Amino acid sequence: MEFLFTHLVAKYNFWLYIVLMMIGLYAMIAKNNLIKKLVGMNIFQTAIILFYVSVGSKKGGTIPIIEHGAGHTPHGIDPAHYVNPLPHVLMLTAIVVSVSTFGVALALAIKIYQRYKTLEEDEILTRIRES
Amino acid sequence: MTENYPALLVVVPLLSAFAIYGCSWLHRKSCLPLALLGLAIPFFISIRLLKTVFINGHVSYHLGGWAPPWGIAYEIDPLNALVLLAVSTVAFINLIATSGQIERIFPDRKGAFYALYLLFIVGLLGIVVTGDLFNLYVLLEIASITGYSLIGMGNPDRAPLASLNYVFMGTIGACFYLLGVGYIYIMTGSLNMVDVKGLLPPLYHTSAIIVAFIFCLVGIMIKMGFFPLHFWLPNAYTYAPSPAASLIAPLMTKVMAYVMIRLIISVFSPSFAFSSIQISRGVVWLACIAIIVGAVMALSQRDVRRMLTYIIVSEMGYIVGGAWIGNATAMSGAVLHIINDVLMTFCVFLSLGAIARSTKGYQIENFSGLFKKIPVTMATFVVSGLSIIGIPPTCGFFSKWYLILGAIEGGHYGFIVVLLLSSLINIILFFRIFEEAFFVYPKTNAVHTEGEASIAIAETPFVTLIPLVLTAILLIFTGIYSGSLIALIIKPVVSAGLL
Amino acid sequence: MKKLALLIVILSGGLLLYATKDFPPWGDPHSPASMHVSPRYLMKSLEETGVPNVVTSILADYRGYDTMFETTVIFCAGIACFMLLRKFEAQSKDVYYRHIPTGITIHVKGGKQIPPTSKEFEKIDAIWTPYDLIINTVSRFLVPFIQLFALYVIAHGHHSPGGGFQGGVILGASIIVVAIAFNLRTAIKRFGEKIDGIMSALGVFIYSGIGAICVLLGAEFLNYGTLARILPVSKIMARSHGILGVEIGVGIAVMAVMVCIYNNVASEGKHDEGL
Repeated sequence: MEFLFTHLVAKYNFWLYIVLMMIGLYAMIAKNNLIKKLVGMNIFQTAIILFYVSVGSKKGGTIPIIEHGAGHTPHGIDPAHYVNPLPHVLMLTAIVVSVSTFGVALALAIKIYQRYKTLEEDEILTRIRES
Repeated sequence: MTENYPALLVVVPLLSAFAIYGCSWLHRKSCLPLALLGLAIPFFISIRLLKTVFINGHVSYHLGGWAPPWGIAYEIDPLNALVLLAVSTVAFINLIATSGQIERIFPDRKGAFYALYLLFIVGLLGIVVTGDLFNLYVLLEIASITGYSLIGMGNPDRAPLASLNYVFMGTIGACFYLLGVGYIYIMTGSLNMVDVKGLLPPLYHTSAIIVAFIFCLVGIMIKMGFFPLHFWLPNAYTYAPSPAASLIAPLMTKVMAYVMIRLIISVFSPSFAFSSIQISRGVVWLACIAIIVGAVMALSQRDVRRMLTYIIVSEMGYIVGGAWIGNATAMSGAVLHIINDVLMTFCVFLSLGAIARSTKGYQIENFSGLFKKIPVTMATFVVSGLSIIGIPPTCGFFSKWYLILGAIEGGHYGFIVVLLLSSLINIILFFRIFEEAFFVYPKTNAVHTEGEASIAIAETPFVTLIPLVLTAILLIFTGIYSGSLIALIIKPVVSAGLL
Repeated sequence: MKKLALLIVILSGGLLLYATKDFPPWGDPHSPASMHVSPRYLMKSLEETGVPNVVTSILADYRGYDTMFETTVIFCAGIACFMLLRKFEAQSKDVYYRHIPTGITIHVKGGKQIPPTSKEFEKIDAIWTPYDLIINTVSRFLVPFIQLFALYVIAHGHHSPGGGFQGGVILGASIIVVAIAFNLRTAIKRFGEKIDGIMSALGVFIYSGIGAICVLLGAEFLNYGTLARILPVSKIMARSHGILGVEIGVGIAVMAVMVCIYNNVASEGKHDEGL
């Protein structure tokens, strides 16, 4: 019990983001309306982005922009003074990918709506079976 | 210039895709020549790369001049080089064969279509050649997004919904892979494949790495169309436009199978995948179920395209089962099956697209008497069908042979039984089409009405026919040279530690 | 379906949460992620590339290849929205006009139109809101300042948070502001479809073109140090200028794609009326 408590308190950021991811995943699979599924997809991807960014944080670190004079020790720049920049870079890419997928999915949803005049998946399947 | 070939392989189609889209707003006629150029150059580069790898054994390229793990690196070994050659060949031949169709179906947006076509190939070539885990995710998303849009342009009633379902499942797959890479990064601090392989051994027993492996694998299996995660596949490939279907169906799932094998061999070493976590027998049984389900569902289809998509599901079962049996023969058989399956699926989809010019629909009844009217096209369809069944000297026989050898060595007799059973079911599937085409004569006269004018059924135009015949010959050619292909593949597989 | 979804979610969530027991605690400066690859970026970025913002130097130099493909991804989304939605033929439907001197609205049926050269009639959207002086004037004044700020964000990516993507989105937003405050036809008249398509291709072409120039000069792809052969600066400043060049390319591409996606999605491909 104490073991769980230590882990929960020390790593609550990971727990929070995983719960958020699962909410998004549930919406993507279970919901009937296409736009709600899209929103779930967005939540899922955003939670992964937050997860990665939280990996890079350091206690007491500042943003990874090297100011002239700050954070310099006689032996050079001290990495522990700055937050880990690599997850930020990776997640810039992931944000762009998420936006692009969302754009393409919206275009497809618009095409479906123009043809079937509804966005509920069960109604669309019924109309497909009728035609 | 020669030492930059790994980068040029991916960059040349990229640059030509941008040039095509820009030119489509200025001078539309130049789109097709640019596209052909953009695919011919990677084709020749991949041949040269295969020769280099044959001599040197390994080619490495550091992008931006930074050494890994601080920069992105490309690692090419014989496994890579063969898959690269297969992908670039299919892309090039498909463009030549379907260019007429593209000009006819999408006259006002063909610039966009060619650009997306080339970007799809850029994504796949990059996935095969990269040595960095996050770079693989970005290229996977390029291939996926272009795939979604190409499929969405098909049959206006069904294609957008099929593509949207593919979007949802594909995004779940890619995000699971990204989560797996995230877990690996948290535990090791690196994203480069070779570097991670060196850092992982002390961490093999930790649950984080096991979960990372599971999530990477499940994500790749969703994108691969492996049962029970294949539900996007039949609809997406059936309703795609014909030029896109003959491009995406052979390539996307097989490149994902290559990624799975690359993860097992080069990132998580085979000892971890097969011994530390005891799931390999379970995966092989799941693969057997996949093969049977694919074959049975294919039997129940009247639409020939849908039948072929279920055959793809079955083929993925062969590859995954062969890879997870755990010895070098089966793994080389699985890799050989990837390459053979690329060629077989391409030939069968391309011939089906050519046949569709002459039939009213894709049902088996529409194939009546086609042998008399379009003999050469039907001959190529027959050759690819025989290859899928597994009859020598076509290539399909040899990869199944190595899979059976590997299964005997590994003691998985259920896999052998399932393999033989599904070959029998494939015989039924294809021979009922051959019977309809060869022995049954149509009741009406041999005219096919299209709109106002009636078009007599004629042989397919040469621009499609010659690539088709070339592909069929290539199937036999690959079969005859299977021995040397296996000798090439088995080297990296054995050096990774498989026995 | 809901039960299956719940099962999948509980299974995956449980596995992911179980694995976190091996993770280093949050904010630990001695975790593998912070000790293995990243320290070199932080320590060497200024002396190897001349760029104090380490995120920009990793994004555009150390891992510049990833960024090129990221720009390609957004370019794919722009082409996809265009290809999927665009309808080129004129829609035969009802059109609404407003007589400017008197304020009378006219409903023209069946696809016929008043010729656009007549000055007294303006075409209005089906959902038309009255002319609002404040919104129109303020947005007209704001657009140049938004664009200036966007150019600042792109150019200052070396020294402050920013860079090509952020600046490109702000540039795109400046045009979308015009589309929302006035109407879509005004925005398309100012920034047409043809120039939009060419610019999106041009932006990404600049990025990969700089990389190709490096190959032609004899080094690996995207190795900006070789640009020192044609630019009169040292190798380190050549890297800095290479980073600026690719950021400009990214900014142009992102702006054009944002506008293209908005135009096609808001008007459902017809480019006549938007939100």
